[in-house]
This record gives sequence, structure tokens and C-alpha cells, in this order.
Amino acid sequence: MKTFPDGLVAVVKGDCQTCRMIQPVMTKLAGGQIPFTVLTQDDPEFLSGVTKVIDDTKLAYSYQLNIEVVPTLMRVENGREIKRIIGWNRKEWRQFTGIADLGQDLPEQRPGCGARNMEPEIAEELAWRYQSAELNARRIEIAAQEDDLEACFERGWTDGLPVVPPTEKRVRRMLLGSQRAADEIVGIIPPNQVPCTVEKVAINAVMAGCQPEYLPVVLAAVEAACMDAFCMHGLLATTYFSGPVVIVNGPIAKAIGMNAGLNVFGQGNRANATIGRSLQLVIRNVGGGRPGGVDRATFGNPGKYTFCFAEDEEGSPWESLAVERGFKEGASTVTLFAGDGVQAIMDQRSRTPESLSRTYANSLKTVAHSKIFMVADAVLVVSPEHARVFRKAGWTKQRLRQEIDEILKTRGSEIIRGAQDIAEGMPEIFADVDVTKFSPGGLHIVHAGGKAGMFSAIIGGWVASGPIGSQSVTKEIAL
Amino acid sequence: MTEKRFLLDPTAEKSPPWRERAPRLPSLNDRTIALLDISKARGDVFLDRIEEKLSQQGLAVKRYKKPTFARIAPIELKQEISTDCHAVVEALAD
Repeated sequence: MKTFPDGLVAVVKGDCQTCRMIQPVMTKLAGGQIPFTVLTQDDPEFLSGVTKVIDDTKLAYSYQLNIEVVPTLMRVENGREIKRIIGWNRKEWRQFTGIADLGQDLPEQRPGCGARNMEPEIAEELAWRYQSAELNARRIEIAAQEDDLEACFERGWTDGLPVVPPTEKRVRRMLLGSQRAADEIVGIIPPNQVPCTVEKVAINAVMAGCQPEYLPVVLAAVEAACMDAFCMHGLLATTYFSGPVVIVNGPIAKAIGMNAGLNVFGQGNRANATIGRSLQLVIRNVGGGRPGGVDRATFGNPGKYTFCFAEDEEGSPWESLAVERGFKEGASTVTLFAGDGVQAIMDQRSRTPESLSRTYANSLKTVAHSKIFMVADAVLVVSPEHARVFRKAGWTKQRLRQEIDEILKTRGSEIIRGAQDIAEGMPEIFADVDVTKFSPGGLHIVHAGGKAGMFSAIIGGWVASGPIGSQSVTKEIAL
Repeated sequence: MTEKRFLLDPTAEKSPPWRERAPRLPSLNDRTIALLDISKARGDVFLDRIEEKLSQQGLAVKRYKKPTFARIAPIELKQEISTDCHAVVEALAD
């Protein structure tokens, strides 16, 4: 911490009308009994008549003193600031300096201006310069003739789409989005089981195109992916379609402008697009999980670029996914589900919950295969127009789930291998029992989508859902 | 002189920071070798001799030529070589 000579210290800038206006006051103070020093944030030219001027154009003092407004007048004793006043107020300045006729030709009061160290870009840079920790990531020099975007492709850092080149400036700005230390370990990333720091997540979030305020969500998503129950390694390695689907709940979704409505699974929303992409890039770059390497998907699905959305909690007739999973109202969470693409459900005729739940059940039966039960979970995403039917009838989420389960309950003999002249199906041992399509807890119901359209959606799950493979996991977002 | 530019490594840093070379072919058996003339003087003489040597070993050889040494190879040419051949020998300079 820099110290100052005892006496009065003023912080000013020439760009401020009030500072220029009080120039005679400063001249007077410079000639007075109390030692007087002026710190200037820009061109000191206007301070002629003041002898002790400290050039603070680099803003080091201003940053450390946390100057918000110029002029600021401080009293310093034994090298430490005792008190400060801001702006121009004749009475206040007279009391503060003990000079009874100070500024008698000046107006009684004038507000000050914002200090230069508080300007957005500059404040950020000062924070990096004086506050932030060393970054540990390897710095890779880009050749003079190399294009930054192409350099990222050539090093294998992208998912096939261009990434934002992770410069130090961008990464430092990203790190300001979280309170967490850059070197804190977020988790062990599969498949290479690599410890991943906040810094590495931030680098990949930059590349994905995130804003700094998305970083807490990305960090929570990465933490969730590292939870043993989620089985990210297996999900990556499978020949099946699935990848991590990120569902965000709580106030953060709205705060960062996530989409829970129209075109909710589609393109066009930066937060949705880049948060999901960040998780995939962390797995690719830090974990080393790449298609053709450990990722052995036969088809994959377009959601493996990014699949992230928010639940529409405001318009929902039900408690949110997060509350249902034991988090308190108002908590912001990330839920990961090992899911495939989106399967459409069209029902424009049902006006009763009984009819609509039968529609849902019939569609849900085909997840993975209409004769394969209890191995793939699913997320049923109910649209506002469909949700209206359940709200009107007073059906809870639990009721809907029970009805679907009941409708889907099937005699094993109808779906065992060979039944219906289809070789695929359930093992013979299920022949004489009733089987439900989903394991307990395997059917998740959330509310999202545009206000118009009598459709709902199914996100089918990995055929290794549950304890044998992936269970959906929820992590609270640390803000 | 432009300022040096750096990017921060997004990976686990288990591979070298420089771009890796394509893996070497374990053997040339049954491989097709492209010989690329960049249109510099006497490149053809050098490649004629290489072709002669490779052909003696029973290897398939295909000849290609860049329109001008002053510019990078046209995309079509690069695609043609990477589609039809397994390795390329380029006669770089005179």
C-alpha cells in the first residue's frame, strides 16, 4: 500500500468540470499551513499553482484508495487516510480544511465526476493488474502469420465450430465472473482423469463464447459432470446417441438471460448456447474426450455441440425440477441428464389430463425401443399450452407421472424378445410380470417452451440410465 | 515487427505446445506417394529421380504440380492429394 504525506490529499482529473472549477481552491490550499498534495488522474496541466502533484495517470493510487468520485479530499495522519469528502460543497470543504473563507467565489455546491479508475474497461484492467492471481496455463505463442481462429482449429481445440481465441485478457475478464480462485480444482475430468482448475474452465468458457456472468453456471455444470453418479466417462465412451443435457433452474437463469421459452432447444440464445458448449469443450480439451478417441458414438446427436436450457418456472403449474430434487425455492441449480435429441409429441386435440397423459405415455413408450423397458430414463418437457390442461384439472406432477406409469405398465410377455415378431425386447425372465417403462425416478418432468403450440417434447435418455450407468445429478450454483 | 501474441492453453497440457506432425507411415507397402512439384526450376528433375527410385521399389506414385510456387497450393489440389495418396514428397526449392 502506498502511503501519503500527512495533511490534505486531493484526487482530481482535468476532465472533470468540478475539479477545474476548484482550481483556485487548490492553489489556496497549496499555499496554506497544512501540507497539501494533489493526485491527478490525467493531464496535470490545469494544476498550475499547486506544487506537490503526484502523477496518477496509471491509477495505481486511485485504485488502492478506491476513489469513486473526483474531486475527493482526504485527511492523512501518520500516512493513513482518516477521513474523506467527495465533490464540492463549500461548507463541507471549509469545515474539513479549517479555512473559513475557502472558495468564496465558487458556487455553494457542485457534484463531482466519476473517477477514471471506475470506468468499466479501466476498472477491469486495474483489478487484473493489482488483484488477480497469476495464471498458470501454458502460454502458447501464435506465429505472426497465423490466424488466431485457425490456430485454435489446428491445435484441435474446437468442436468443429470456430472458438473465441483464449487470450489472457479474455480469460482474466472471464475469471471476474466468479469469486472462486483461479487455481481451485473444480473436479477430475474424464476420460483422462485430469484435475481441472477454475482457470481451465474459464479458458474453455471464453472459447465457447460465454460472458463472465455465465461462469458460475459453467463451473456448476462441470462439477456435476464430475460426480460419480453421472458417469461422464461412460456417457462419453458409449456408442449410443447421448450426451450431457444441462437444465438450469432458479433466479440465475433469468439474471443471465437464459431462454426457457420460444425455441427453447433451438438456436439464438447466447447463454443457452455457450454454457452447454463450455461443458463439452472442457471434456474435449481438459479431459481429452474426442470423437474417434474415447467418444465412440455411432451417431451422436446435435446436442453434443451444446444442449442447455432453463426451465420456465414462472409459468409452470408445478414445483420446479430443482425443488422436486430437494433444493430450496430460490436456489439456482444445474441438473445434468444423459440425453439424446428431442422427440416431438403433437397433441392439439386433448383437453383433459387423462387424454393428454395417454398421448404422453404412447410417445414415451418408444424411447430407445417400444419393447425395451426400465433401461432408459427420459425428460418430458411440457409446453405452456399443454401445462394449462393439467393446471385447470389440478393435476400435480406426481399425479401425471403416476398416470403415465400406470398406462405404460405392460405384461412382460408382450415385450419379451421375440414377442410381436421382433427379436429385440426384454429378457425372458420378465415374461410373467408387469413391467413399467421407467425405473423409479427415471421420468423427469419440466416445463418449458413457447407460449403457442400444443406440443410437448421428450428427451430420451441413455440406455444405461440408473445406477448401472448415468443418473441425473443436480448441483447448486455457487454465486 | 508485430507484437508477440499468446493464447492460453485450454488443454490438460499433456501434449507439446507446438503443432504436432502427422504420424509417420509405419511402412510404404501398398501406399501411394504423391510427388508435388511447386513450379520451381529443376524441381521436376529432382522429382523424376525420386519417382524412378520409388517405382523401382514397386510403389505407386502420382505426380502433382502447383500452378505457382509463389502461392499456397489451391484447395482442390490439396484435397486431391489427400484423397488419393498416403504421403507426399514436395520439391521445395531450387
